[in-house]
Amino acid sequence: MFLKDYCKEVLGAVQSLLTGMKRTGYYFTHHKEIITQQYPDNKDTLVLPERFRGEVIMPHNEMNEHRCTGCTACELACPNGTIKVITKFDITPEGKKKKAVDKLVYHLEMCTLCNLCVSSCPSDAIKMEQTFEHSVYDRKLLTKVLNKPGSKIMEGIE
Amino acid sequence: MLEEIRTTEQDDLVINVGPQHPSTHGVLHLVITLNGETIKKVEPHLGYVHRSIEKMCESLTYRQFILTTSRMDYLSAHINNHCCVLCVEKGLQLDVPPRAQVIRILMDELTRIASHVLWWGAFAMDLGAITPFFHAFREREVINDIMEETCGTRLTMNYMMPGGVMYDLHPNFQKRVHEFIKLFKSKLPEYHELVTNNVIFQERTKGVGMLSYEDAISYGCSGPAARGSGVSSDIRKLYPYEIYNQLQFEECLEYGCDSFARYQVRMNEMMQSLSIVEQLIDNIPEGDIQAKTKAVIKLPKGEFYSRVESARGEFGVYIVSEGGTTPYRIKFRSPGFSNLSALDQMARGQKIGDLVAMMGSLDLVIPDIDR
Amino acid sequence: MWSFSKIAGIIDNWLNQTFSPAIALTIEMVLVGVLVIGLFALLGLVLVIMERKVSAYMQIRLGPNRVGPKGMLQSLADTLKLMVKEGLTPKGADKFLFNLAPFVAMIGAMLVMAPIAFARNFQMWDLNIGVLYITAISSLSVIAILIAGWASNNKYSLLGAMRSGAQIVSYELSAGLSILAIVVLTGSLQLSDIINAQANGWWIFKGHIPVVVAFVIFLVTVTAETNRAPFDLAEAESELTAGFHTEYSGMKFALFFLAEYINVFIVCAIGATLFLGGWMPLHIGSWQGFNHVMDYIPSSLWFFGKTFFLIFVIMWFRWTFPRLRIDQLLNLEWKYLLPISMFNLLLITIMAIMGWHF
Repeated sequence: MFLKDYCKEVLGAVQSLLTGMKRTGYYFTHHKEIITQQYPDNKDTLVLPERFRGEVIMPHNEMNEHRCTGCTACELACPNGTIKVITKFDITPEGKKKKAVDKLVYHLEMCTLCNLCVSSCPSDAIKMEQTFEHSVYDRKLLTKVLNKPGSKIMEGIE
Repeated sequence: MLEEIRTTEQDDLVINVGPQHPSTHGVLHLVITLNGETIKKVEPHLGYVHRSIEKMCESLTYRQFILTTSRMDYLSAHINNHCCVLCVEKGLQLDVPPRAQVIRILMDELTRIASHVLWWGAFAMDLGAITPFFHAFREREVINDIMEETCGTRLTMNYMMPGGVMYDLHPNFQKRVHEFIKLFKSKLPEYHELVTNNVIFQERTKGVGMLSYEDAISYGCSGPAARGSGVSSDIRKLYPYEIYNQLQFEECLEYGCDSFARYQVRMNEMMQSLSIVEQLIDNIPEGDIQAKTKAVIKLPKGEFYSRVESARGEFGVYIVSEGGTTPYRIKFRSPGFSNLSALDQMARGQKIGDLVAMMGSLDLVIPDIDR
Repeated sequence: MWSFSKIAGIIDNWLNQTFSPAIALTIEMVLVGVLVIGLFALLGLVLVIMERKVSAYMQIRLGPNRVGPKGMLQSLADTLKLMVKEGLTPKGADKFLFNLAPFVAMIGAMLVMAPIAFARNFQMWDLNIGVLYITAISSLSVIAILIAGWASNNKYSLLGAMRSGAQIVSYELSAGLSILAIVVLTGSLQLSDIINAQANGWWIFKGHIPVVVAFVIFLVTVTAETNRAPFDLAEAESELTAGFHTEYSGMKFALFFLAEYINVFIVCAIGATLFLGGWMPLHIGSWQGFNHVMDYIPSSLWFFGKTFFLIFVIMWFRWTFPRLRIDQLLNLEWKYLLPISMFNLLLITIMAIMGWHF
């Protein structure tokens, strides 16, 4: 009786090991199952979902106009102090002083890409870009000014 | 401290496992006292990734502090965020639209599957089998892609907002989740072929790392670590939040008290999570995804506590509010910390190779423990 | 037909005609030494890239594919990197023993190479106690591991070395017993006799189930003896970081690494020689046509084919199974492998006496 159990144990163990080997053997012979993506080679065909968060940008139209009013809502919403809005006072055609954005400084090196600034923006002035290769040799390059030089606010944005 | 030194005899071999060690899953530092191959004592030293998140949260608003919890237990980031959101909503007495509730639960359960799948691979790797780790990542990758499409990021999503969720579901979401369910159901038998039924694996886990019912309770274990010892501790069942009380799922309990029981609990939990996803994926109610909230959230004066079942156990958020825009004091109850405290009890008298198996079966995430 | 033995014969003749016998012998020895070292380097490179590719395909990934065609030069690049790397000696280490250990490992691996027949009549040293010599020398490798573990002044290394000592000493027994099965069937300890006895069929086919059992036990024990997963307790990456070679770096680490792969090659070569007929082609009874076709395949190809098949099986083990615990490892040997192989040897002895094998 003892011998029978002993043999059963040994055979059961061998069988369980063979099932595992069958599985790895299957993958060894079936190269279609390989899931490796060759990253720098597939750069051209790489499609990121449109919601992917890579960095904050400020879209400008062809007239070099943006939608930012300089309200600093993004600055207040940011948990890390990533965004700094520097405002100036524009003179409107009517001769009134109007608050506008001078520089929107964005520190990519501090950003956690939490999307709170984008969701807090009342005029949809900033959005997330799908770029993700942010490595640079100089840390200063990661501090960006989002509004382009000479740009001004779009008509009709308050 | 002096007493500690006395308990170590002169002939004992004291080794430092970690903070840089391949199987501590991060920067856990264990001081092990050995007698040959047998463990006499395990002393965890914490604090290598302490980022003072709790203190940091005191200067963040109620919208901002949520994202810091993604950095604690990064494998179940959604569930941590969910708990914070629940706590804020409790303070505001906010009713979340049903669509947002369902989306939250879907995301939670997908996160749970992703976390358990990764754990399965890492556990097998702790035991010396490297191949399962790569197979696990294949399924996890599919979930990550789904998350990436809907939430925007793969690991630290920050998708939950007080009052709802950040975006609506992506149009492809349902289709891709259906694909995932099909894929996962076809791959799960492979998991059993490769690891569960393997005789070496069973020998390594059965009867190893015994944690009795009483010990599990007294150490405050929760999640699969407690359910492997037969302690009923599923928050989703005991204190249902969102619409969990309307769903049909079972609390997975095992009574083996060993590493294998904890393994079984997690394997069964994956199936339960999958069945929850199956129940909900075709029945997502239409409607808003966010309740109306003020731009600046102020909690009323008082104390609020909420808890959820994260992939590792009970995760709790405790907020003391003075009525301002930032919490006065915040405390996170992380499951890993209590589970780790049972390690010494489990490891005494076992072999050094089993220490790794025990740590793997507890599924420790070190940033969760240190915070 | 082109063969190694003819080339060896031509060189031997030419040397003996040109020089006096003593000088010719010396030159031949130097030649053999150079060839063996060359073979070592080549084998190391080939086996490392093979292991990486095998593991990659089993783990549904591609593996190295950047250096050279299909990544075939990857291990060469790794070797270059290891050569220019600094070889650190930790503070408090026993410097002499620490530096000696990798060479002991290499020499132990080299010595076993002597009696292996690579092709028809292509054997360095056909001594009459070949099998005994192999079992004796192959247990030397444990000394290198013990030296390395002791001299490193590292607790992880020491634990790994001690594990390895217990492991190799116990697995020697079953390995010896399973090799003995073939010795019993052949009636000779000489490797050339064993190969010639398999001219009409390999032992694994001729010897019924007992030889198959012996073959399986042999495979398991040699996996343990070469410290490879699932018996890689001496290294035990997830427990002891890297076990006995935790403190080694640069070329000294490379020598250990190389010795491991050479050991794998050698044990597989022995397995192929004993159970699968060495360089002997596959012959099936009275199928004259088939046998003739098989004879046209060079004998060296047969030998390397069989050896690499066994190496593949051992790699297959490594990339499928979890690691055993030290007490389970010893249980497996003393409670399962040893009794089975002893009983098996008894069966084979009866079989050999009664002449039941083909």
